[in-house]
Amino acid sequence: MSILPQLIFLLVFALAGFIIYKRVSFLRRSIFLGKKEARNDNQDERWKTMMLVALGQKKMFKRLGPAFLHLLIYVAFIIINLEVLEFIIDGLSGQHRIFAPFLGGVYNVAMNIFEFLAIAVLVSCFAFLIRRNIMRVDRLAMKELKGWPALDANLILIIEIVLMFAILTMNATDQILAERGVEKYIALQGLFFSGLIQPIFQGMSDGTLIFIERFAWWFHIVGILAFAIYVTYSKHLHIFLAFPNTWYSNLKPKGEMKNMDEVTNEVNMMLGIQTEATGEPPAEVARFGAKDVNDLSWVNIMNAFSCTECGRCTAECPANITGKILSPRKIMMDVRDRAEEVVKSIDAGGQGLEDGKSLLGDYTTKEEINACTSCNACVEACPVNIDPLSIILQMRRYVAMEESGSPAQWNAMFQNMETSFSPWKFAPTDRFNWADQVKNQEAE
Amino acid sequence: MSTYKVPTMAEMAASGDSPEILFWVGCAGSFDDRYKAVTQAFVKILNKVGVSFAVLGPEEACTGDPARRAGNEFLFQMQAVANIQVLNGYNIKKVVTACPHCFNTIKNEYPALGGNYEVIHHSQFLQQLINEGKVALQGGGEFKGKKITFHDSCFLGRANNVYEAPREVIKALDVELVEMKRCRTKGLCCGAGGAQMFKEPEPGKKDINIERTEEALATGAQAIAVGCPFCLTMMTDGVKNKDKENDVQVYDLAEMIAKDMGI
Repeated sequence: MSILPQLIFLLVFALAGFIIYKRVSFLRRSIFLGKKEARNDNQDERWKTMMLVALGQKKMFKRLGPAFLHLLIYVAFIIINLEVLEFIIDGLSGQHRIFAPFLGGVYNVAMNIFEFLAIAVLVSCFAFLIRRNIMRVDRLAMKELKGWPALDANLILIIEIVLMFAILTMNATDQILAERGVEKYIALQGLFFSGLIQPIFQGMSDGTLIFIERFAWWFHIVGILAFAIYVTYSKHLHIFLAFPNTWYSNLKPKGEMKNMDEVTNEVNMMLGIQTEATGEPPAEVARFGAKDVNDLSWVNIMNAFSCTECGRCTAECPANITGKILSPRKIMMDVRDRAEEVVKSIDAGGQGLEDGKSLLGDYTTKEEINACTSCNACVEACPVNIDPLSIILQMRRYVAMEESGSPAQWNAMFQNMETSFSPWKFAPTDRFNWADQVKNQEAE
Repeated sequence: MSTYKVPTMAEMAASGDSPEILFWVGCAGSFDDRYKAVTQAFVKILNKVGVSFAVLGPEEACTGDPARRAGNEFLFQMQAVANIQVLNGYNIKKVVTACPHCFNTIKNEYPALGGNYEVIHHSQFLQQLINEGKVALQGGGEFKGKKITFHDSCFLGRANNVYEAPREVIKALDVELVEMKRCRTKGLCCGAGGAQMFKEPEPGKKDINIERTEEALATGAQAIAVGCPFCLTMMTDGVKNKDKENDVQVYDLAEMIAKDMGI
C-alpha cells in the first residue's frame, strides 16, 4: 500500500502547525505591546473564575436563547475534537477508525453522540445565520460590524455547517462500504443520523463511494486545520482566549479605578508628604493615560483579542441605547485593529507605533469616550469578562492630563474642585449650613 | 425639650470623644437643596436611634470621584490625599455615607493612598438598624401598601454588588416593591455617573434619565426610591419631563424611613 496519503497528511499537518505557530507569535507580540501589569494574585479565585465563566459559560446564560444554542456548538466543539484525535492518528498511521476495535460498542455509542452533536451544531449555526441575516437582531446588525466583521461572523457559521455535513457524509458512505464488505471499512452497529442520508448514496458504485468517503475525510480534517488557522485571524479567537482572559479577570470591585502611582509620587512631593518611596528616583513616565495601544495594559489588549463581537456590552450601554455613538464593542474592535496594524507595520519594516496614527483620534474619538457613564453595564454583560471601561477611562486620563482637552464643563468642574473643594461652585464655608435647620428643630 | 445634634469631629476631638461612625455627607448632601433634605433625614434617624456619630462639617471636601472619572487623576489624588489626612488625623475607623460615589471612592480607592476604613452605604446601615430592631417602623405610614420601585445606583450595584440592602429597607415599610425590567446587575444607569452629572450629554436620540424614567413609570409605581444623590436628581428631572411630578414622587431611602418614623 502506498504511504503517499500518509506523507501528504504529515505535510499538511506540519504546514498548518507552522502557520499557527507564526500567527500565535504575531498575536503574542500584539498583546505585549501593552504595558506590564501583574495579575497573578489570588490564584484559587482565578482558577475558579475561569472554570465558571469560560468553561462553565456562566455569564452566557444571562440571555437564555443564544446561550443554549451557543452551548450546543461549544460542547460539540470540545467533544468532536476527540474524534479529530482519531483522524490525526489515522492520517499519520494509515489506519482507519483506529479506536473502533478497542472500544467496541462504546465506539458506536460515541459515534452516535458525535453525530447528534453535529446535527445540534447544524441547527445552532442555521439559527445564528438567521438571527444575523434575516431577523437582524439589533446588536448583531450595528454599523461597526459592516464589512469584514459581518463577513467573518457568517464565514465561521458557514464553515462549521460545511464541516458538519462532511462528517455526516463521511459516516454515511463509510458504513455503506462497510456493509458491502469493502476492505478496511469497519461495520458499526448503526449510526442513526448519517443513516438518514444513506439513501442518497445507496445506488453508487464502491469506487464512487470510496472517493466520496475519502474526499469527505480529507475535507473534514483539512477543513479543521484551515479553520484553526482562520481562527487566529478572526473574532473567533475567543474559543481559546476566553480561558486566559477570564483567568486574568479583574477580581477587584468593578467600581475601583486603578491608582496611578506615578501621579501619587508627584502629589506626595507637592504636598510635602514623606513616603517610603521618597529618595528613589521617580520612575520615567512616558505618558499619563492612554493615547495609543502601548499605553494600555497587556490585559486590555488581550481583552480586545478575546472579543467575539457579540455586542452584549453595547446592547446594555446606556449611552448607546439612547443614541450616542459610544459602543463598548467598537472600543474593543478599535484596540484590536490598532494593535494588529502596529505589529504588521513592524513586521513589514515600517514605523509601527510611530506611523503618525494613534488609537485615540484615528480609531476612537473623544465624543465616544466622553459619553461613558462608567456604569459598568458593559463589564457586567461580557460573557468572557472583558473590561471596555478600563480602556475608556485610560483614554480620558490622557485627554485630561496631557491635552487638557476635556469638555469645557468638565474643566469648569475641575476648577470648582480646585478652588472650592466641590464640583459645584459653592463657598467651602457654606458646606455645613445644612445642619442649621436640623439643629434648630425639636427632636421628639 | 431637646434639639437634634449634629456634632462635628472637631468638637468631638476637643472634648476627647470619638464617635462610633463618621457620617460622610458628600457635596450633594451638603449643597444640593434636594439632597440636603436626605442628609437631614438621615441625621434625624441617627439622633432618634441614638447612634454615636459625627460629621466633618467644613473640614470635608469632595472625594474627587468626578475628577477621577473625567480623567483628572492629579486633581482626584490631591482631594483624596487631603481627605485622608483629615480622616486619619481623627483616627476614623468607620464611615457611613448616603452617596454611592463617595462610598465607592472611600471604600475602594482610598486604600491605595493610605486611607483604610470600614465604609458602609446608608442603605446597609439602615438595614442593620432595622434588623437590630433599633428603627421601629410604624408600618402604617404613608407608604403602606403603595407600589414602589427601586432604581439601582450603578456605583452601589454593579460597582460594589450591593443590591439587597436597599430592597430590604423598602420592604420593611410594608410596601409592594415592584421591579423594573432592567434591575440589579442589569440596572440601567440614570445617566449621571462617570462625571456626566457635570456636563451636557453627547448628541443622541434621547437622554438616559428619560429612558430610565419611562421604565420606572411603566411599573405603575407611585414612588421611585433611590439611594444616590445623582440618581435622585436625574429621576426627579425625568419625572418632571414626563409631567408626572404630581403623581409619582422620587425619594431617597433615608427620607422614606424618616417619614415612616414620623420625624
